[in-house]
Amino acid sequence: MKFYLMHLMPYADLDLDYDKTHNSAWITLPNSYYDPKKGAKLYNRYLDELEYADQLGFDGVCVNEHHQNAYGLMPQPGVMAGALARRTKKVKIAILGRALPLLNNPVTVAEEFAMVDNITEGRFIAGFVRGIGAEYHAWSSNPADSHDRFHEAHDLIIRAWTETGPFAFEGKHYQFEYVNLWPRPYQTPRPPIWIPSQGSSETIEWASHPDRRYTYLQTFTPVAMLAKYMQMYKDMAAEHGYEATEDQLGWSVPLYVAETDEIARREAAPHIENFLNKFLRMPKEMLLPPGYLSLKSMLGVMKAKSSIGTKQTIDDVIDKGMFICGSPETVRQRLAQYQSEIGFGHLLTLLQFGTLPAELTRKNMELYATEVMPWLRENRAGAVRAAAE
Amino acid sequence: MAHEETFETVAGCKIRIMRGGKGEPLLFLHGASGAGRWLPFMDMLAQRYDVIVPEHPGFGASDTPEWLDTVGDLAYFYLDVIDHLGLDRVHLVGTSIGGWIAAELATRSCEKIRSLTLVAPAGITVPGVRKGDMFMWSPEELAQNLFHNQEIAKAMPQPASEEELLVVLKNRLMTAKLGWSPRFHNPHLKKWLHRIAVPTLILWGDDDKLIPTAYGPAYRDLIPASSLEIIPECGHLPHVEKAQEFTSKVVGFLQGAA
Repeated sequence: MKFYLMHLMPYADLDLDYDKTHNSAWITLPNSYYDPKKGAKLYNRYLDELEYADQLGFDGVCVNEHHQNAYGLMPQPGVMAGALARRTKKVKIAILGRALPLLNNPVTVAEEFAMVDNITEGRFIAGFVRGIGAEYHAWSSNPADSHDRFHEAHDLIIRAWTETGPFAFEGKHYQFEYVNLWPRPYQTPRPPIWIPSQGSSETIEWASHPDRRYTYLQTFTPVAMLAKYMQMYKDMAAEHGYEATEDQLGWSVPLYVAETDEIARREAAPHIENFLNKFLRMPKEMLLPPGYLSLKSMLGVMKAKSSIGTKQTIDDVIDKGMFICGSPETVRQRLAQYQSEIGFGHLLTLLQFGTLPAELTRKNMELYATEVMPWLRENRAGAVRAAAE
Repeated sequence: MAHEETFETVAGCKIRIMRGGKGEPLLFLHGASGAGRWLPFMDMLAQRYDVIVPEHPGFGASDTPEWLDTVGDLAYFYLDVIDHLGLDRVHLVGTSIGGWIAAELATRSCEKIRSLTLVAPAGITVPGVRKGDMFMWSPEELAQNLFHNQEIAKAMPQPASEEELLVVLKNRLMTAKLGWSPRFHNPHLKKWLHRIAVPTLILWGDDDKLIPTAYGPAYRDLIPASSLEIIPECGHLPHVEKAQEFTSKVVGFLQGAA
């Protein structure tokens, strides 16, 4: 199993009373709430945290893309990946991912990712997503064309990375007379591709297809759903006549480890609750614009009693396995259990969330890196050896 | 007034059509919420006209064809519908997105059009005048913002079954496809509205929170033989909220245009 530090880079200095006058920390929250002097400090603190993960022995660090919100200050994740490319030495750097349907020109992403792959001499992991619904409000990209544009942009980028140029690309949304990428990616034939998702069966089907076999990442879901979607991937792979490996399955989850269960819960509580109730807050219309889901899936969401808008507590998310929290022993046992039941090979932990301050983030990272990661590496390696014998 | 419902296949796309009344043909093009039911204003118009109400491709019980990407596609499609149904000298009436389709259609050809009525049409933009954003509104906010009279907003029926909810979602999806970006307008339409060569009536409610009433004069100034009438105490849907007044204005105009 491989370990990654995922960072959202929230605007942790957000005036949390914003919700008395605004219904979301996304899209419509005026950017007068952003103070560049505080923001500058946060950016540098967060980059320090990602660089520290390199020293602590993580396998990789992950950045991502969200637009016009206080939840994550990385509208252009390539800037962060570029900064990390020179300051880290061992870790993989993953952009998880760029929201392809928002692009006017997908070749820009082919170029950007190839550059980071070159500078890091192949330490780069490419992530492709559709972006959450709010991105379509922020970027004026038509959600009804989202799937189409995703697939077309993806095909263009893969061809740009793997085919000798120049070639012409004649799509519905993108047309080029000359595609001829300089630089070509460092890794051959291209960087690994990860597909973060919240469990759309269409995405799982697409990612697991034998032409792709992309690593599928389940983000922020109850652990019961995680198990279901990972099994779905394995089943779809089996239908295609191959066995999915651990390397094709990943899980992204917020985690907090402290000296004891009690301390962990006490220290994490306000910050994970801010993350859920203040930073992730948005009305359904913002989250799910028309076309973002298929009509059938949308109908399901409309019928289901939505948790959107209801206040969530630390207990809710710990119970559902959406947040791992406790002493090193608690966290070790929980992760080992989930890993053996579900079989993911990449574990992406969000060790800073919401308003979690720098000191607690560092403590969390250190305890996780010294008390949890090595044990899991040994324990899971042992389990795999035992199973093989 | 009795009406009938049929399905017709035009340009490879099957659409549902409601039709009732006798007289000169009047083709009504609906807005974002579709054309599910035969409404009172249709009944009133059917006293004097052969009222034809198709459900646009991509809406309600009509097919969603592969070729449908823009309102311009629907403009050409309805030129085909007019040919298919053998209509001539037809009175074209469109509301909201339907008004936008009608305006685009008339810039392409007025050969078979006798008059044009645009009811709070989308299609253009007036710099500095912000439209409402129906994609950010909850269903409750949408109902409130479509009407001036909040009693009517409260009385609007909500989807009663899974089937009806699916239609609401289908209509909303196609509305997004057509109107998400640029928001409910075609930047090129303004250049060609001068081609509309038939008498044109532009109707607007004075309390339209979706497409502000200030869009009325802009449209009037761009279409040569046009006049603008504002209906007081009325929101975005004059044909629903002020059906009587709407009908008498339309009938008065059509008789004058004869």
